[in-house]
Amino acid sequence: MSANPHIRTPLARVRGYGSAKSGTEHFWHQRVTAIANVPLTIAAVTILITLLGRNQAAVAQILGSPTIAIIMLLFVASITIHMRIGMAVIIEDYVHDETLKLAALVANTFFTIIVGLTAAFGILRLALGL
Amino acid sequence: MADTRAPAARPLSPHLQIYRPMLTMMMSIVHRMTGFALYFGTLLLAWWFLAVGGPNGYARFTWFAGSWIGRLILLGYTWALIHHMLGGIRHLIWDTGRGLGPTEREWLVAANLIGSIVITLILWGIGLLALGGTP
Repeated sequence: MSANPHIRTPLARVRGYGSAKSGTEHFWHQRVTAIANVPLTIAAVTILITLLGRNQAAVAQILGSPTIAIIMLLFVASITIHMRIGMAVIIEDYVHDETLKLAALVANTFFTIIVGLTAAFGILRLALGL
Repeated sequence: MADTRAPAARPLSPHLQIYRPMLTMMMSIVHRMTGFALYFGTLLLAWWFLAVGGPNGYARFTWFAGSWIGRLILLGYTWALIHHMLGGIRHLIWDTGRGLGPTEREWLVAANLIGSIVITLILWGIGLLALGGTP
């Protein structure tokens, strides 16, 4: 007989396919978005520098061009997902009061979605010429 | 029903104040602080994307970005972004189990710190030149 008292294997449990339906997703998503953030940040900073000193109409035209708009949308999506996980870890580390922690985690979700969608709206408005 | 919330009088593991400050430890804290700052920095990014939609809004944004406080915030934002990005690469290297030896880890954090300052200065040099020497 196995020494493992659980029916499920340790691998199955760590994969998180049990009743909780969660395991190491946050750890993994933080790393996937971190990898995506590197080229996206380099691209976003490069685009930003080329826009310096231009007037509003020129900046709007360049940011609204399909390739630039898609890069910026990917950048916003990746960083806001990364932000939400990172801030959740900070909250869980330092906020010990259960009610306050819950409120902070909900506020974190709201903040990251609002900032992400606002930025995405701004980019899409330029790209679609609204 | 019995109160399930037992008083937490258990011994705690030693925390930061018991250790001698080390560069790797400090850089771990700085990584978290820069991430925290960048979180709120995205408000500026969202504002910028919205402001580009019209000349009046863009004028307000560029006025703020050109003010001394705006410049200071953007300089800090640039450094935090580059530092957090290089720190992230360092952590990804460490995640593979590489670079954790006593000399490598010190070398990596030093490269992280020096690299972030140098890259920030280069980016601002290019940026100020792009603005036509009138910062």
